Amino acid sequence: MKYPLAIIILAPLIGAAILGLFGKRMSERVIGWIACSTVAVSSILAFYSFFNHASALEHGDKHYEYLFTWINVGSFRADASLVLDSLSAIYILFVTFVGFWIHVFATGYMRGDKGYWRFFAYMNLFMFSMLTLVLADNFLLMFVGWEGVGLCSYLLIGYYFQKDFANDAAKKAFIVNRIGDFGFALGVMLLFTKAGTIFFFDDPGRGVHGAFDWAMAQTTDPLALSAIFAGGITTIAVLLFVGAIGKSAQLPLYVWLPDAMAGPTPVSALIHAATMVTAGVYMVSRASSIYVHAPTAMFIVAIVGAATALFAATIGLAQWDIKKVLAYSTISQLGYMFLACGVGAFGAGIFHVFTHAFFKALLFLGSGSVIVGMHHEQDMRKMGGLKKYMPLTFATMLVGWLAISGVPLLSGFFSKDEILYRSFVAEGLPDSWAKILWFVGAITALVTAVYMTRLMVLTFWGERFTAPEPALEAHSTSGEHHAGPPHESPRSMVLPLIVLAAGAVFAGYLGVPEGLPGGALPNYFERLLKPSIASPHMKEAKEPVREHREPSVPEFSLMPEIVEPPANHSLELTLTGVSITIALAGIAIGWVWFNRKPLWEPPRLLEEKYYVDEVYDAAIVQPIKQGSINVLWKFIDVHVIDGAVNGAGHLASLLGTGLRYLQSGLARSYVAVLVFGALLLIAYFVIR
Amino acid sequence: MTGELEKILFIVVAAIAVASALNILIQRNPLYSALSLIVTLLSLSVLYLTLRAQFIAAIQIVVYAGAIMVLFVFAIMLLNVPKTQPEVEKQKGLRLLAIPFAGVLIAEMFFVLRQIRPLTLPVLSGDPDQVVGTTWSIGTALFSDYLLPFEVTSVLILMAVVGAMVLARREGD
Amino acid sequence: MVPLSWYLALSALLFTIGAVGVFIKRNAITIFLCIELMLNAVNLTFVALSGFFGDVGGQLFVFIVMTVAAAEAAVGLAIIISIFRNRESLNVDEVDAMKL
Repeated sequence: MKYPLAIIILAPLIGAAILGLFGKRMSERVIGWIACSTVAVSSILAFYSFFNHASALEHGDKHYEYLFTWINVGSFRADASLVLDSLSAIYILFVTFVGFWIHVFATGYMRGDKGYWRFFAYMNLFMFSMLTLVLADNFLLMFVGWEGVGLCSYLLIGYYFQKDFANDAAKKAFIVNRIGDFGFALGVMLLFTKAGTIFFFDDPGRGVHGAFDWAMAQTTDPLALSAIFAGGITTIAVLLFVGAIGKSAQLPLYVWLPDAMAGPTPVSALIHAATMVTAGVYMVSRASSIYVHAPTAMFIVAIVGAATALFAATIGLAQWDIKKVLAYSTISQLGYMFLACGVGAFGAGIFHVFTHAFFKALLFLGSGSVIVGMHHEQDMRKMGGLKKYMPLTFATMLVGWLAISGVPLLSGFFSKDEILYRSFVAEGLPDSWAKILWFVGAITALVTAVYMTRLMVLTFWGERFTAPEPALEAHSTSGEHHAGPPHESPRSMVLPLIVLAAGAVFAGYLGVPEGLPGGALPNYFERLLKPSIASPHMKEAKEPVREHREPSVPEFSLMPEIVEPPANHSLELTLTGVSITIALAGIAIGWVWFNRKPLWEPPRLLEEKYYVDEVYDAAIVQPIKQGSINVLWKFIDVHVIDGAVNGAGHLASLLGTGLRYLQSGLARSYVAVLVFGALLLIAYFVIR
Repeated sequence: MTGELEKILFIVVAAIAVASALNILIQRNPLYSALSLIVTLLSLSVLYLTLRAQFIAAIQIVVYAGAIMVLFVFAIMLLNVPKTQPEVEKQKGLRLLAIPFAGVLIAEMFFVLRQIRPLTLPVLSGDPDQVVGTTWSIGTALFSDYLLPFEVTSVLILMAVVGAMVLARREGD
Repeated sequence: MVPLSWYLALSALLFTIGAVGVFIKRNAITIFLCIELMLNAVNLTFVALSGFFGDVGGQLFVFIVMTVAAAEAAVGLAIIISIFRNRESLNVDEVDAMKL
């Protein structure tokens, strides 16, 4: 197999092309097969590539695939080339795997929809973009993927284009993303200015230098506010993080994600839970060598992550739409990932991405199954007692619920606990911020457990809540008023749920932190990732340190001398105990609180999402809109530009009218003009 | 002494010329204007004499004042318009323009004259009958160096005669 | 001795008077007279310079100018007569049919 990475990327692209060009005439069955098989090809090749190079990747080897030189102008070079190292390997593994199962689910979910072919064409296009983003070996190609996923997100959110709110949501997503992209682009440009290259790693065979190799040779910036604007590494890091804020829906650019739930549920599962929104975390981890030299930026990342986590969790507590709850939950979990990156535990952050992909996709798909079963009803107030109607969905969602709440032995527990521990013991943060961040994370975990329990309770337990229908005769409240009772979903939709549930349970065992009693299991995840990401505990290296290695291994990897802090096992155990307590307490609180009738009404502030959208609308959107209408349109376009154009014509006509008076037909005036001209001529000669 | 006499003579003759020129503008009747012009021409002729241009002075009186002005007088008499209807004037503003224009011209004149070096008439030398200004000098120059203009001028006069006849005849003549 | 500049000054003055007359007067023949005045002013300049520099060309030029003036007077008066026949008026301001 000559170019496995290229095929991984191109298979979905081909699928998108076929479906886009010919899909209209195909049957649903054929479309579904094409879409899923291209992703399956990518997935199989991803596994193949991984296991082919597994041991090499652990050593920090990178496997390059150079396709062609895209831009080579002056000192700026960008190639279409792909790199497989441990970070991108992990990503393509779960992206293609989860993506495949979501595609399968979507074949059942979207059945009967007129734009079936369009949907799958966009989904495949998205897979192409996401894989390009992950496998790229320079910032420009990554940006291509970055923009591509944004585009597909827009296309898919606005899939039901006949609905206005879908179109608005799609536009909102794209525009808010764009704001982040602007920061990202600036960061890349600044990086190029300082490092002279936008490739990630050195590749002497091709004659390119790597930005990360440059970054490793820099001195660390101080932890100071001024560093942000100094135009050095910290500025680069902050600008890149702005892009991540947009793409991964952190404060203040998260507002697009809840509205993005207007798209079909598989879209929410794939793009807005498992893959696209984690692109920001990917990018920050990729650029870890830049971040570890910019402690101020890392501090900002940690604070933004923690604040977002808590903020979104509180809003999720008050939402009635099942998908919105999950959306805010995603934002909150993304906050955790950035918190991890901010305190230097990039590995823990990526681990959480990995486990989150499984259980969040599971939860979304499960909610999709519930929605279909309830004949497209999304309001939880109309649900209840579904566990006897949809047992399989219920069982799988149970797993997802426990995982996200952090119940021990499931995947979410391991990853979340790791993040909390690492933030507690983080060094390099000012004063007692480490403890504060841990505390915020712990509170968020509590709230997470509470609202997820609320979701489960309202949906699956209790009796059916139905809105009183005046047309129906008085029944008990558990009477149905839909066309038929809620039903379990077809096999195509349930099978992925089961697979993902298995993943949610077992994926966590790949990365059990060492301090836990299950320390017999090696922390494979951490070990795998170690060579690909920098750690803040490195010694200051002016020059990359060569470790002992065989000559077949490339010259440099991001593995200078790392001085790890001593692993405080007893502290870790204590904190783990605290996490378990929080998880169980949260579930208990949620159970008791939400099981009673009448339904608990959340405070207005939370239900209205802290009015953030309204504030943005008033502060930003309306002024821009008014400015555009009154200033740009009515004034500049109509008066200035049209005025200039019309004015030119007007001027010509005025000039003509004025000059017309010269042609009076009177000989005397002609003579006068003659004499005047003669005077001027004489004057010229006289003065000269 | 002769210098002073010459100057006085010049000033007197110049004054007459200017006065009669102004009279052309002042008079309403075109006939009176024509007569004033004749006076101007005569005074100019005197000036030509002081400049040693005897031939030209004579020609001026014979041709200009004697033929051309007579022609003008004939035309004026022919076209004697009775002043019955009021005079039409359009663009009255042009009258006002006259003063600034005149002023500027005079000013320019002063500017130019400042730079002229004080010349006087050169001393005569050579045969007094062949000095510049005599008939002999003009005649020989006309038929040797300036033959072409002479011939062209004759054609021009022919054209003028033909043109005048064509333009002035009545229809059906 | 009369310096050259006096002659030139007189010539300029006569020329100015003629120019002013051309666009003050409305009678066509009077305008013509003023044109003749201008021509004579220029003649004076030529003769003066010819005398002061001893070049006969100046006087020759005057000779030609006089001839041309005669021809022009003949043709011009013929035109004026034909216009008069059409309009019964010598007022130049009434001949403005060529205006825009």
